[in-house]
Amino acid sequence: MDLKLKVWRQKNAKEKGKIVNYDAKGISPDMSFLEMLDVVNEDLIVKGDDPIAFEHDCREGICGSCNIMINGEAHGPLPGVTTCQLHMRTFKDGDTIFLEPWRAKAFPVLKDLVVDRSGFDRIIQAGGFVSINTGGAPDANALPIPKKDADVAMDAATCIGCGACVASCKNASAMLFVSAKVSHLALLPQGQVEKKERVKNMVNAMDKEGFGNCTNQYECEAACPKDIKRDFIRVLNKEFILS
Amino acid sequence: MSLDSKIPSGPLEKKWDDYKSHIKLVNPANKRKYTVIVIGTGLAGGSASATLAELGYNVKTFCFQDSPRRAHSIAAQGGINAAKNYQNDGDSVYRLFYDTIKGGDFRAREANVYRLAQVSTNIIDQCVAQGVPFAREYGGHLDNRSFGGAQVSRTFYAKGQTGQQLLLGAYSALSRQIGLGNVKMYPRTEMLDVVVVDGHAKGVVIRDLVTGQVTVHSADAVVLASGGYGNVFYLSTNAKGSNVTATFRAYKKGAFFANPCYTQIHPTCIPVSGDHQSKLTLMSESLRNDGRIWVPKKQGDTRNPADIPESERDYYLERKYPSYGNLCPRDIASRSAKEVCDAGFGVGPGGQGVYLDFSSAINRLGEHTIAERYGNLFQMYEQITGENPYKVPMRIYPAVHYTMGGLWVDYNLMSNLPGLFVIGEANFSDHGANRLGASALMQGLADGYFVLPYTIGNYLAEVGFGKTPSTDHAEFKKAETDANSQINKLLSIKGKRTVDSFHKELGKIMWNNCGMARDDKSLKEALVKIPQIREEFWKNVNVPGSGADLNQSLEKAGRVADFLEFGELLCLDALTREESCGGHFRTEHQMDDGEAKRDDEKFCHATAWEWKGVGAKPTEHREKLEFENIKLATRSYK
Repeated sequence: MDLKLKVWRQKNAKEKGKIVNYDAKGISPDMSFLEMLDVVNEDLIVKGDDPIAFEHDCREGICGSCNIMINGEAHGPLPGVTTCQLHMRTFKDGDTIFLEPWRAKAFPVLKDLVVDRSGFDRIIQAGGFVSINTGGAPDANALPIPKKDADVAMDAATCIGCGACVASCKNASAMLFVSAKVSHLALLPQGQVEKKERVKNMVNAMDKEGFGNCTNQYECEAACPKDIKRDFIRVLNKEFILS
Repeated sequence: MSLDSKIPSGPLEKKWDDYKSHIKLVNPANKRKYTVIVIGTGLAGGSASATLAELGYNVKTFCFQDSPRRAHSIAAQGGINAAKNYQNDGDSVYRLFYDTIKGGDFRAREANVYRLAQVSTNIIDQCVAQGVPFAREYGGHLDNRSFGGAQVSRTFYAKGQTGQQLLLGAYSALSRQIGLGNVKMYPRTEMLDVVVVDGHAKGVVIRDLVTGQVTVHSADAVVLASGGYGNVFYLSTNAKGSNVTATFRAYKKGAFFANPCYTQIHPTCIPVSGDHQSKLTLMSESLRNDGRIWVPKKQGDTRNPADIPESERDYYLERKYPSYGNLCPRDIASRSAKEVCDAGFGVGPGGQGVYLDFSSAINRLGEHTIAERYGNLFQMYEQITGENPYKVPMRIYPAVHYTMGGLWVDYNLMSNLPGLFVIGEANFSDHGANRLGASALMQGLADGYFVLPYTIGNYLAEVGFGKTPSTDHAEFKKAETDANSQINKLLSIKGKRTVDSFHKELGKIMWNNCGMARDDKSLKEALVKIPQIREEFWKNVNVPGSGADLNQSLEKAGRVADFLEFGELLCLDALTREESCGGHFRTEHQMDDGEAKRDDEKFCHATAWEWKGVGAKPTEHREKLEFENIKLATRSYK
């Protein structure tokens, strides 16, 4: 396959970026999207150009590192798939593909397709935990949890923190991310003691970071590679009102 | 130099409790006068950072990812073992201890493994208290399942994402401490050197991956929790960033590297699809419960698998191991796959694959049941290969998965370099020559939550507070200068080859000559070729860009430079260990039936290597392994 790439290049956080055209030639349909970029980068290095910087690590769809807007969609066209698990057979020979970084004020671009998502960490640091010190925890089975609750908490806890929800929201809202963590802990007995403080602190941290508000259009849910459900935003709102 | 394992005396089951009762303590008011540096934020580093900060120490934690939540522990799927005996099926601390020692082919230290089994129960309590959503029974209690190498159900799990949920538990505990100001977190940084002052590890050299700035940090102790080195093979199931740099640079500063030849190969990975391949993906071992493994009986048979009649299929595992069949242990299944592929019977592009066929299970149980059991894995397989495994058999091939070797540590998890502690996959301690499923997560969290916080206190109380060296000390200056000059050297070569091309070349040699099977000839060949690649690397590598900004090529170059030296050490270790055990298989040393043949008389020891310079032969040290409680026996799963 031969493809045309239009890639956002930006030297660093201070300089202005622009779209640059590249040819990706001889691409195998079996390559992952990131392997296609590896091939392009190897060519660029040999030619003496600067390779395209992009974020990745596990390449198994679980670490949440990879983050590329592909033709305007976070992680590309397939539902429930991260960029690293998107394969080139999804595209056609001769296609033109746009590659851009996550677009959000709260996620400033560091270089090319790499953005700073540390705002997410600061939201968690504001309250996304149970305050238990190590050691001295009661026996695990001393706290029975209905399977249904544990399963729903697990569904929420599946969030990989990639930021696709923010990137695909016109307001760059982090509500889906925050709601996933708030719901995970609010649905379990361990999370009850701090739940009012937690939701207030996390929502405040979210606002402070510059994420926008939710207007219930659910682009976040559509873009989420882990199928985190918008229902959790309802849980977040309920918890916030109750706090 | 003799290796003192510092195993406490007394009966096995009392060692850890007695040890804890007699170690030196640091007064709570004095803890804040100590600073500890932790490298890495996986299960081991994340849990250690959080716990040390809870205790009151100042903690500085570094990770190369953009967030501590992305450490590679997150990718572990299956589960975590603990001797809870919730199923009342006869599990006990002793049984977990025994299974782990046997699984490691009698090449791990008894006292460490027993302690691991003891604290395993605390880990589950701790994680549940943090809100880790483990799978539950309808009655609300925790669910367990069984895993390879055990006859009891002691594995706790959270869907197929146990590593993720445990890591998020440790990350949330760490985040709490960062929020409280007790941990200063440095994401997007990498450690380039350990600084040794008066024989003790007292600091590190760090490069900020965004600004390129190199800085030095001093502390009273340094903890390495930087994971394994599987990426020396280039293709592995490890995350792309996983590297050997932190442990290797510590090795060059005097810490001993133990048992580097112990690598675990996992039999059920998706095969390589071409030269572009950057990464291998593991499919859960559970697939072998219902999938039958076969290759065509005719070499180079390219027919559609459905067109190959039963009589022309070789179900080689069922043929060779009639009692275990497709469920034989990981190392046997892996080697058998390699053998049939090497003999020309492999399937798929390049012939490096075997069929994992569900058709008879689908005929017997129906597609619905198979979908319920393995649906997500089938989906993942189809996503990666573009083939529907309900219709055509999956293709699988073994891949490097976990490394049991690492820096040598004593019972305190301290290396031979005082003040340098090594935990989790980065050390050599608990898995011996092989790792059973669901035991790596256990070790990472045991070390971080429950072992290191005690043992490091003992060390710190001994050295006393107020002795943190200033970063103006000559050793810091020297280490910083050395790190900068290595960076400048890499940037100035401006050769013709990319970093990845060297890494791939090294990886192919490692896999072909020191992979699932090794012999004298293949290892000696590798030991000739690796220095040649290294020499060319330092003359002909092209690292574009500058050292003053985000430069992913430069990051890779530094790591590949270390792999090019480390690969040689790994092969040397494999050559020296003239026996087969667990994940280390020397073809000269095998039983008639292909099982690994240990030599307990000559090799019942851990080998710890001491650095002597690039290209120079390192000095070999041996820690004899004493088995007082378990009788050494031939490992048999037949």
